[in-house]
Amino acid sequence: MTVDDEEVRHVASLARIDLDDEEVGRFAEQFDDILAYFEALEDVPDVEDDTELANVMRPDEVREGLTQAEALRNAPETEDGYFKGPNVS
Amino acid sequence: MSHNAFITDARIDGEDTGPLAGLTVGIKDNISTAGVRTTCGSATLAEYVPPYSATVVDRLLEAGATVVGKTNMDEFGMGTTTETSAFGPTENPAAEGRVPGGSSGGSAAAVAAGEADVALGSDTGGSVRCPAAFCGVVGIKPTYGLVSRYGLVAYANSLEQIGPLAPTVELAAEALDAIAGPDPRDATTRAPPEGTETDYPAAADADVEGMTVGVPTELVEGADDGVRTVFEDALDELRARGASVEAVSLPSVETAVQAYYVIAMSEASSNLARFDGVRYGTDGEDGEDGTEGNWNDSFAAAREAGFGEEVKRRVLLGTYALSAGYHDKYYKRAQDARAWVKRDFEEAFESVDLLASPTMPVPPFELGESLEDPLRMYLADANTVPVNLANLPAISVPAGETDEGPVGVQFVAPAFGEATLVRAGSALE
Repeated sequence: MTVDDEEVRHVASLARIDLDDEEVGRFAEQFDDILAYFEALEDVPDVEDDTELANVMRPDEVREGLTQAEALRNAPETEDGYFKGPNVS
Repeated sequence: MSHNAFITDARIDGEDTGPLAGLTVGIKDNISTAGVRTTCGSATLAEYVPPYSATVVDRLLEAGATVVGKTNMDEFGMGTTTETSAFGPTENPAAEGRVPGGSSGGSAAAVAAGEADVALGSDTGGSVRCPAAFCGVVGIKPTYGLVSRYGLVAYANSLEQIGPLAPTVELAAEALDAIAGPDPRDATTRAPPEGTETDYPAAADADVEGMTVGVPTELVEGADDGVRTVFEDALDELRARGASVEAVSLPSVETAVQAYYVIAMSEASSNLARFDGVRYGTDGEDGEDGTEGNWNDSFAAAREAGFGEEVKRRVLLGTYALSAGYHDKYYKRAQDARAWVKRDFEEAFESVDLLASPTMPVPPFELGESLEDPLRMYLADANTVPVNLANLPAISVPAGETDEGPVGVQFVAPAFGEATLVRAGSALE
């Protein structure tokens, strides 16, 4: 399989990460090697996963959480007690 | 001299009394500390100050330990050398000019250099055991669910556990004792089954008489000659103390590295979606780069600016593996490979008490050596990742040195068999 620059750009847009042209070229080459290596997974036999999983439940009780100031403390931009995101045009 | 083991120096005093009173601890910088910045080794979180502490930090402080700083790490835990940190590489105090291993390299270096008595790391695919081996210290990766992950910044939730690093097996066991146990804030924690030996420090008695140690041939064959020599000497030491050693086979480990990376990258692509520069992290919007008015463009710019290359690589590959048309080919097959590894270990433990192998198949890399070739770095994780895939506990203990640096021996036990690991590990001290 070959990964081309176009495919790397498509995945980068799905992942919401801008890349410069140099990175795109380098990643295309590296992804080729890495995905070729992952091909070995095709030979894995079917195995029943018999892990026993149990739900862990607790009563839904009100308890203290973060204050508004604590929650907003790390935000690059806030306004009137809200997080401020990019404008929507 | 400074090895750049810490990203942030900060002192948090614990209780006056307790089993860890008088001891200093370093905390890996992906473990939240209230009021002390927690960067995950990433530029995007360079200014991030958590409003709460991880459960493990509270438990160490309650046990009397004093936090002395936040340790360096590969960005978000993604690396085997601690060179992907946005805060510069850490140097190996036990092997000049070489990497300390990763991703918890700062924690291992701090302990090896005597800058902390104990340290916490996190182990997603070997990130406690690898740096322990490379720096000549002890590291424990607990059974999945023994230690709370509340307050650990997630990389790959289904694989990772927080674990201690220390200069001796007994001290590592004491730290494990302090942090282990169910936490209502982490629903994946659970108590060991009734009757399990849980006094870990008391198990450091070196009594391996009558123990059966299995050696998976697949995890020894690929190791460097110098590493194998040290490993064989360690097996002789165990035999001399009355243990028996036998070869076992784990055919599934041949696809464990592939399965590990597909699963870890997939989980990472989802987990790291939260770093969009709105609630925390670097902000992509400045209105000057044409991103004004478009959420997606703004997020993509924030993430380009905030993430290093290895993080971008893994998030992209994880996105690819989960994308339409590829999910069954990669992610689903990786889950099958994971189930296969679990079954292999279960079968091996029907005839042996624990398994032994070199922790790392190679000695510590030279600084800068592996950065250009990510696949080569991934392959170095061959002996550690099967343990995470199978949710099992493991320990790395120093066993000797080659000309290129320290060599660690890894023991793996059945789930909640930490006491057995401590016992076997202490026999090599």
